[in-house]
Order: sequence, then C-alpha cells, then structure tokens
Amino acid sequence: MEHEVQRVRQAFLSGRSRPLRFRLQQLEALRRMVQEREKDILAAIGSDLCKSEFNAYSQEVIAVLGEIDFMLENLPEWITAKPVKKNLLTMLDEAYLQPQPLGVVLIIGAWNYPFVLTIQPLIGAIAAGNAVIIKPSELSENTATILAKLLPQYLDQDLYIVINGGVEETTELLKQRFDHILYTGNTTVGKIVMEAAAKHLTPVTLELGGKSPCYIDKDCDLDIVCRRITWGKYMNCGQTCIAPDYILCEASLQNQIVQKIKETVKEFYGENVKESPDYERIINHRHFKRILSLLEGQKIAFGGETDEATRYIAPTVLTDVDPKTKVMQEEIFGPVLPIVPVKNVDEAINFINEREKPLALYVFSHNHKLIKRMIDETSSGGVTGNDVIMHFMLNSFPFGGVGSSGMGAYHGKHTFDTFSHQRPCLLKSLKREGANKLRYPPNSQSKVYWGKFFLLKRFNKEKLGLLLLTFLGIVAAVLVKKYQAVLRRKALLIFLIVHRLRWSSKQR
Amino acid sequence: MKDGTDPFEDTLRRLREAFHSGCTRPAAFRAEQLQALGRFLQENKQLLHDALAQDLHKSAFDSDISELIICQNEINLALKNLQAWMKDTPASTNLFTKLDSAFVRKEPFGLVLIIAPWNYPINLTLVPLVGALAAGNCVVLKPSEISQGTEKILAEVLPRYLDQSCFAVVLGGPEETGQLLKHKFDYIFFTGSPRVGKIVMTAAAKHLTPVTLELGGKNPCYVDDNCDPQIVANRVAWFRYFNAGQTCVAPDYLLCSPEMQERLLPALQSAITRFYGDDPQSSPNLGRIINQKQFQRLRALLGCGRVAIGGQSDECDRYIAPTVLVDVQEMEPVMQEEIFGPILPIMNVQGMDEAIEFINRREKPLALYAFSNSSQVVNQMLERTSSGSFGGNDGFIYMTLPSLPLGGVGHSGTGRYHGKFTFDTFSHHRACLLCPAGLEELNNIRYPPYSHSMQELVRWALGSHSCTLL
Repeated sequence: MEHEVQRVRQAFLSGRSRPLRFRLQQLEALRRMVQEREKDILAAIGSDLCKSEFNAYSQEVIAVLGEIDFMLENLPEWITAKPVKKNLLTMLDEAYLQPQPLGVVLIIGAWNYPFVLTIQPLIGAIAAGNAVIIKPSELSENTATILAKLLPQYLDQDLYIVINGGVEETTELLKQRFDHILYTGNTTVGKIVMEAAAKHLTPVTLELGGKSPCYIDKDCDLDIVCRRITWGKYMNCGQTCIAPDYILCEASLQNQIVQKIKETVKEFYGENVKESPDYERIINHRHFKRILSLLEGQKIAFGGETDEATRYIAPTVLTDVDPKTKVMQEEIFGPVLPIVPVKNVDEAINFINEREKPLALYVFSHNHKLIKRMIDETSSGGVTGNDVIMHFMLNSFPFGGVGSSGMGAYHGKHTFDTFSHQRPCLLKSLKREGANKLRYPPNSQSKVYWGKFFLLKRFNKEKLGLLLLTFLGIVAAVLVKKYQAVLRRKALLIFLIVHRLRWSSKQR
Repeated sequence: MKDGTDPFEDTLRRLREAFHSGCTRPAAFRAEQLQALGRFLQENKQLLHDALAQDLHKSAFDSDISELIICQNEINLALKNLQAWMKDTPASTNLFTKLDSAFVRKEPFGLVLIIAPWNYPINLTLVPLVGALAAGNCVVLKPSEISQGTEKILAEVLPRYLDQSCFAVVLGGPEETGQLLKHKFDYIFFTGSPRVGKIVMTAAAKHLTPVTLELGGKNPCYVDDNCDPQIVANRVAWFRYFNAGQTCVAPDYLLCSPEMQERLLPALQSAITRFYGDDPQSSPNLGRIINQKQFQRLRALLGCGRVAIGGQSDECDRYIAPTVLVDVQEMEPVMQEEIFGPILPIMNVQGMDEAIEFINRREKPLALYAFSNSSQVVNQMLERTSSGSFGGNDGFIYMTLPSLPLGGVGHSGTGRYHGKFTFDTFSHHRACLLCPAGLEELNNIRYPPYSHSMQELVRWALGSHSCTLL
C-alpha cells in the first residue's frame, strides 16, 4: 500500500500532471473511455444495482460526460491567476491568487451511484493538476472491477491509480499521507476518515448523509407533488443520499398522499413493480435485512412486499409514524417512505431543527412566503423547493452537507477549487526602497498617521486618477510660476521656429 | 472540575439556545456587535497598548500597525460590506432549470469556537471574531493563557461590549482546552502549532466539526545573487525581527550562495543597527520573548552553527538580540523546528534550483519569500514550490491586503481568512433551488417507464457536446 502511494507521489513530484495541456489530454482520454466503453460501464453498474442500461446512462454516465465537457471548456480560464484589489501601499505591485495543485488526493467512492460518485471527483482532481488514488466501494463490486480495468487503459498509469479492497485495505490506505481526501459515504465512517486525516493534517471533504425531510403544505397541487416525490424517492430503489427520506405534513393530507403515490407508482412501474425494468434492487443482503427491520411495527399504507432472493423491496409508504421508532432514527436509504403527521409548519420546523442537519431539505407549497420561512428557519446541505433532487443537477451549485451531513462541497468549479490551493501572491520590486522608510524603526507618531492612511484607504483607480490630476495641476502651477522667465523665452523660441517653418513652406 | 462537573456546559447550552432563537441572524444585530467591537478597540486603546507592552514589550507603533489598525480595518470592511456579503448569490442555471430560482444562501454554522495564540493576541483573536460575528454565529472565544495581559482584557472588558447571550470568553490552559474540545461545536477556528492542530482536528472529527487551522512551519527566504544586498537586508531584517521574531509568517531561514552571504552579513548588521541602535536591548522598537519556556528554547538554538551577528541574551529581560547564524547544518535543531524568535540562520545553496530542491524536501511552509531583480527567478520560485502564501521581494506586507487571504497548505494549515474570506469561512454555503410548482409536462421526460423512443430522444438531446447544457 505504502509503495503504491509512494509511486503516485513520485509521479506527482515529476511535475507532469501540472501543464494545462496534459490535464486537458487526460480529461479527453477519460471522455473517450466513457464513450468507447459505455456498454461495459453500463453493464457493470447494471449488475451491481439491477439497473437498466438507460437508468445507468441517465443517472450516471450523462453527469460524468457533462462534467468533463464543463471542465474542458472552463479549465483554461480557471487555471490562470486572479488579480485582487490592492491598497495604496501595494498599488504598484502585483497581487493575485494563483491556483496550484495540492499533490496526491484520495477519492473514496460510494456504492449507490458507483460510477459518477467516483469519477466526478476524479475529473476535478485531474483538472486541478493532482495525482489521484481512487478507492471505489467494494460493495459495488462490478463497477470497482471495471474501473480498475479501464482507467489504466486510458489515463496515465502512475498518476491515477485504482486501489480496490474492503475495510482492511481501506484502513491501511487511510494510514498513508494524502494532500486531500474526498469521502462519500456514511457518518460513522466519515468520522473515521477525518480522524485518520487529522494525523497528517490532511484536509477533507466529506459527503455524508442523514434524513432529508420533505414538508408538504396544505396549499399545493398534491398530484404534481406526489409525482415528483415518487420519482425522487424510489429512484435507485431509494438508495440516494438526497432522496426525500420522510414526509412531514398535516394528518388530513396523509390519505390523499398515499393514494396519489400509489397511483404514480403504478404509472411509473406498472401493476407488477417487480417486473419493471426501471426499478432497481437493494445492493446486498445486509442492507436488505436492515431496511426490512425498519418496517417492524409500522402501519404499511401500501407496498411492503419483499423478495429476499432478488433483494426486492416494493415501493412502500408508512403512515402515522412515531418519531421514536427505528425507521425515524437512521437514514433509510431504501424504498420506504414514512409519513410523520405534524400540526402545522411551526411544528415541522421544530421537528427538523431538533434533529441533525440533513443533506437536503424539501418543501412543497404554492405559498412562497412559507417556502422562504422553511429555508430561513432551518439548515441543510441544500434545498429544493417544489421538487426533489434537482439542486444536485446544477453544476454551478456547490454540492455538500453541513453538520453531520458533511463538510466541504464539490461539483463543477467547486471540485476544482476543493482540490486546489489558491495561493495568495504579492510581487514587489526591489526599487522604491524610500517608500519603506515609513515602516522601519525608529518610529514616531507621524508615522502612525501615515501608516493609518496607507493601510486604511482602499486603492480606487478613479479616485487616484483625480488625486493624481490635482497633484499634477499643482505641480504644473508651481513649475510655471518658478520658471516663468525661462518658459517665456522658450515659448517665444518655439513660436519663431513654427512661424519660420510656415513661412518657408509657403515659399515652396 | 474536582467534583466532576463540566465548567463549560452551561455557557455552551446558553449560547446554543440563543443561536436557535435566531437573534444573531438579522443584519442589524450583527452590525451592532461589530460596531461595539470597534468601540472596544477605540475606548480601550491605552489599556491594550499597555497589555501588549506587558506581554511582548510591543511599542505603541508596533501595536498599532500589527494589531489595532488591522482589527479596525477588518471591522470597517465588514460593516461596509455586510449587506453585500449576506446577500444570496445567484447561481447560473442550465436548460433544465431555466425557469427556476437558483441561489446560494450564506448561513451561520451556529456555535463556533475560536482558539487564539499569544503572539498577536489582539489581531489573531479579533480578526476571526469579526468574521464569525458578521456571519451570524454565536462565538466562544478561548484566548491564549500565555499572553496574560491581553487575556485579562479580553476576558474582563470585551464581554461588556458584546451581547453576552451570544458571546462568551472561556479561559484555561491545555487541560481546560482539552475539555472544551470534547464538546460539540459547529465550527472550530484554531491558530497555533501543527502539533496542537492535530489534536484539535482529531477532537473535531468526533463531532464532524469543520475546522480552519492556521498553523506554521519554517518559512524559507531565498536571496538570489542578482539583487541589492542592502535593500534585501532591510526588508528581511524588518520582517524577521518584528515582534522579536514571533510571527507565523516571518522569514524563518535564508537560502543564498556563499558569495551573497558575504554581502548580506554587513548589510544585515547595518539594518539592525539602523533599526534598533547599537544596543538593541535598549531600543523601544524591539520586542521580548513571551515567556521563560520560549526564551530557554531559543537560547538553546543560539548554539547552532556560528553566531555571525548578535547572539546576546538576557534571561531576566527575556531578551534575545537580533541574531544571524551561519555555517548551520540541516540536521541541527535550528533547522528542524519553527524558530519563532529573533534568530535568522543562513543556509548556503548554489543557485535557485538547489534552493527549490531544499524547500520541496520539507513540509509546505505558511509563507515563502524570494528576492531577486529578475522577475523570472521570482516566478520560477513561485511556480516550482508550494506554500500558504508567497511574497516576492518583500516580507509579509501582503497581510495588509484584506483581498488576499491568509492560510496554510499541508502542515502549515487548512482553510483561510481575512476580509470576506473570514465571512465565507464561518458560513455554510447552502444551495437553494426553487422550482415552479406547475409546468409538470416539462418533467414527464424524466419519469419512467422509459419507452425505447423516449430513451433515444433523451440520449440524443443530452449526448456529446450538448452535455454542457447540464
């Protein structure tokens, strides 16, 4: 393990991951990999999660291609130094922020969207000029295998490597030193990752999870609301970190919600959900059993059918759920949707705030003020109002958690920034040493006044222009006054010369 | 603590409740706190000067330019820009979200902890505080127990100015700080050594608390042959010996050729005499070492290499003369730990490449300096190394620019602050997307079942270059 990491570090120290051209080349190669080997990638994802080719394509591959293209388009601009505002003291100097790679970054992927959650961070890490070690989740075995097979065929084999393995290998890997670690997974392991990182003072980005609440107001179109929620909840069989985990609504709405979700499920997945090609399965038996146990003692409004052999759990809705029961104590990460009745939006807000900050928060209402209030009075990684999941789709958004749902963010430029050090630089010249007399001891009170002037005033080009003009005007006036006699003689001379030239040109 | 009760429990609970009440959120409240902080600085100027003189033998001038003016500047900047900083930042939408409202909301984290050091005890306590308050957090401040004079003022006078339901100062040494760190905070801002930085981050990991660690390291200072030795000596000496060398971004050691060293030594002596006189111990402009422990540590370093300039020390006064060491070996203690004192070792290298190699073999420093008339040399140093910040042809004068953040990389730290960067550090950037409640027809494309023709349509629409639409 140590040997592998050392090899990658040596590759980074060679400097070849830094030139823009190289980074673009690698990103283009990655793109080719995704396009040329699409079938293999889709098959791998498909066998890990029983996902249709189309779903794997639209949920994972598209996002990766989009991210690569976005990176290719913008990288030349992102890589350049950004000048910053100066003050009077530094007005003649160069001051800017220079993005630089961090070094060797570790990306630990997750199993629920095993391709995009590993490759999207990789894209940003490459773009920022780093060397990368990728540790895909061992739970999504086939994707882990295909990544280990394909990446070395397309990317630089010393700079970007895949290390596969289980808990033991990951623990060993975490003992090594990295320059940044991006981990996607659960809270418990998130703490382990951060603790391991602390030993080396390695910064971390932790994309964790939690219970993402979904508040449904009385004032809304329940048909539309339930369609959107059904889509977001049962996608990938509920195994989405930003899926609406549970619903909060007034008790009177429960029956209608159940009915409409039931209808939508039928519309999306047909009479026999088990036979729908668009409905996935639970990743493994351990999670299957875990989710089953959450149903114990609950009122199943519809769904609840399971098949252990195929790890199938039907789209399920629970009503009148008691907040103290197990299903409300952990992130569900499965196709089970509890409805917890609350009296009103005040109670909903209190309910949410009593719990850990979630990764996402959803609120459905026609009342814009209510949505605003929900956002103002709660906290979460991100928010989508009147829909679910969608804030994940905008790569201009930072995507990340807060509190126990995570720290740091990525997507688009935010990935580039996460994996870069924005180095502040101030470049002066060795001239104009006279100006420095102000700061050298021995000191006097007048120096304090001047110090305040130069430090507190901002460098404003327009104001300075005016100041300069005034100054020049004064200088000009002084000079004119001082050298009146000389200037008069010179003016006379110039007049005579011009007159002579005009006269001689007229002669010709 | 003897009876097992937690001395911090009540304070933290009170502050948390205050945060949940929402009182720190309105701009008016935050501005009020910042204005009060400004009044604290103005009304207690003499007290603060005296405390800094007591702790570090700082002159009024040095206190002003390195502590009080900087803090005032930050307060003014925050007050002027608070509304703009607090505003939701619109995000650019794509084809699928064109009809939505997309913005990033800056939210306070909640209860934040600021642990401050002793070397610039006002600056390094109040500048983070400005950002934390501006961002709407409740703050627990833990000033350094080592700078006792300023600790007293921060504990007794500062709270009178701020709303004490949202702000508290806690005191104590390593043991108390350890106990404090067992509690959950929503953000921890720590300035200090890498060793303690690890302890802080490990404690933070137990609660998944994000951190900013402003640490330190050995800041290299490369002096090229192509430069004016006197000008370089002036600048290096000033930044090295300011605050008796107890500055995290001070040039820690010099790298230059033996020829350059010959020219630099008399120039450095000249600069030192000019700044501090023939008897630096009697100069009001030279600081003192903070305490006996640090003094003893530094005095031991004087035994490394050979003393070329200075070398005198006075235990009763905790005085160490501005010193330059030569003939230093890389494995000697003075080159193994951050010096944090008025001692400047010179290491010889044959040119820029060797200097770069030397620097890159070691931990990434908080600051890096390069002096040369050739901008090519300066740029090469910049491009081929990594450090928190970079200064070309001068010392840490960039600290006066709030548009440039201060922060480390690698062992010198994580995160950054100053100006708007502090506000951003203490804010959670929450992505908010507000979709239209209707127009459901547009969403039909994403719902199953996915007929073959629908699949083809989606693939075509989102294929190849049009992926940028996403």
